[in-house]
Amino acid sequence: MSDVQTNLYSTDFSHGAAPSGEVILETRGLTKHYGGVHALQDANFILHKGEHVAIMGDNGAGKSTFVRQITGVETRTRGEVVFDGRPVHFENPMDARDAGIETVFQTLALADQLDVPDNLFLGRELVKFKLGPFSILDYKAMRERTIGALEKTGVKIPNIRGTIERMSGGQRQCVAIARTATFHSKLTIMDEPTAALGVQETAQVENIIRTLKEQGEPLILVSHNMRQVMDLCDRIVVFRRGRICANLDIRAGEISGEDVVAYITGAKTQPEYADAA
Amino acid sequence: MSETSHGIGGLTFDAKKRAWPNEMNVFIALVAIIAIFELLGQVLPYMNGQSLLFDFNTARDGTILNMVRLKIIILQVSIIGIIAIGSTQVIISGGIDLSPGSVVGLTAMVSMSFAQTALVNGNPNPKAIFGEAFMDLPVIVPIIVALAIGILAGAVNGLLIAYTKIPPFIATLGMMVAARGAAKWWSKGQPISFPTDPFADIGNGLAGWSPVVIFIGLAILFHFVLKYTVYGKHTYAIGSNEDAARMSGIKVDRHKVLVYTIAGMLAGLSALVLASKNLTAQAGMGVMYELDAIAMTVIGGVSLAGGRGSIVGTVLGALIFGVIISGFTYLRLDAYYQEMVKGAIIVAAVVLDQWRRGRAAARG
Repeated sequence: MSDVQTNLYSTDFSHGAAPSGEVILETRGLTKHYGGVHALQDANFILHKGEHVAIMGDNGAGKSTFVRQITGVETRTRGEVVFDGRPVHFENPMDARDAGIETVFQTLALADQLDVPDNLFLGRELVKFKLGPFSILDYKAMRERTIGALEKTGVKIPNIRGTIERMSGGQRQCVAIARTATFHSKLTIMDEPTAALGVQETAQVENIIRTLKEQGEPLILVSHNMRQVMDLCDRIVVFRRGRICANLDIRAGEISGEDVVAYITGAKTQPEYADAA
Repeated sequence: MSETSHGIGGLTFDAKKRAWPNEMNVFIALVAIIAIFELLGQVLPYMNGQSLLFDFNTARDGTILNMVRLKIIILQVSIIGIIAIGSTQVIISGGIDLSPGSVVGLTAMVSMSFAQTALVNGNPNPKAIFGEAFMDLPVIVPIIVALAIGILAGAVNGLLIAYTKIPPFIATLGMMVAARGAAKWWSKGQPISFPTDPFADIGNGLAGWSPVVIFIGLAILFHFVLKYTVYGKHTYAIGSNEDAARMSGIKVDRHKVLVYTIAGMLAGLSALVLASKNLTAQAGMGVMYELDAIAMTVIGGVSLAGGRGSIVGTVLGALIFGVIISGFTYLRLDAYYQEMVKGAIIVAAVVLDQWRRGRAAARG
């Protein structure tokens, strides 16, 4: 565990792992129609390993629809999704999770009356004796791996054996995020992870995101919070009326928040996405 | 890697530290109720300083405990206690089961039919249901029949709830009415009696302690199952947040079928002990048992909202039940008061549960 701990206390997150150039997720012509409503139209999207990409856009711009197609919550109308080098077609969120895509939803998928290890391992418990549904749980191993995951993400929870209902919103969100670290997922997707949180709790979640960046874990962050996105991400992909209208590299610091707002509202469109105008 | 303290950024988390267990509150309630009865025994003039649980004057069996009353307290709740074990896991999973009382009636009738002896004091069995070929069968036959009927009834409940999505209250209410009807139809309302000796031993063996041993044995088994197996964890998870359980990949529907099937099996076992203990089966057996069982679980701290509770709590709840019944008899009070107080305690337990949940939510 010491190799993990060494960089945990560092507060300087600016030297995060640079994107390696290897593609982890690619969508080609991803399209979703709900009856006559074209919620998502020909989305071509690329995410590299180690990269943190924000998805922004107004309400109804297609952000959540896009995420739902990738995570198997819905099945797409048309288009391709290539994940980790293989074309994939997830039937349900479990398929996506098994493939290594971990999603942190805005509405938390946590069981309130269970403790932290129980929630981390919900649906994939570690057992020490296999006996079908009556397999015997390996509490010790789950506790140890939980502690490892919390250390890896830098999540601070006073007592992991306390039930989730006794925790603050921020702590709950951290537990949900810590799942990704526990299962060595290849891609983390967060849908508005701080929408319901206070200032201090938001900072806590943002620190975890920085830690993920440091460790080279790729992330798709759906967020309305401009400051947060500018602070945490390498790139912003803007959706408008079901189409991608901009792909902005913000690492150089040449793009301002106002520019991004212009793309979101439709005042500007990048030339290569002219058909979204 | 030490297990108790892992510091990150100055904070520590303690892997061993746990919250005050709710079962302790139930235990304190049990002790308090016993204390009230003991106090009344000392205070009420007509009691002449008698004690509920202790026997200071005549150390009859070498202990100061009143073993006779202690046995009655546990014995009278053992049979319903077996049902309460099943109800505990159903309620933890966020459901409710109204059918076990009727399933007990049906199971008692049918299994007793396969447990009859051919000759009673040299005469043919006057209550014979089947012909000679089904008399004096090995005891394993009625046991298997009882388990099968319980499992079948429970599985029907579970399948209805999981796959037609009707509320558990309605599905098990239907089973409650239908199983009672089937129990009456089985022998056209006639009682079924005169079992074989081995069958009679199920509920009367071990110097009469057998129902207690079966109840406690099952309680220990299911305490382990709920606390230490994947089955138990999923039961709590479904009761706690069904959507989260589904999103986490738990096969919720299949799990519910299993939960209700096990509850049905326990009702079947309870019927076996009851019929054996009484040496007879009647269609009206087990009426209201489901409600007493639910009351035991609720008093024991199992939350009707699901996700919370334990077998230990339910066993303590059953003991509170037993102490109240015995306590009223010991105070020579009418059974009417018993029921009124029982009703009040059930309501108090639910109020307490809601208050506790409200407090937990406020903290979160």
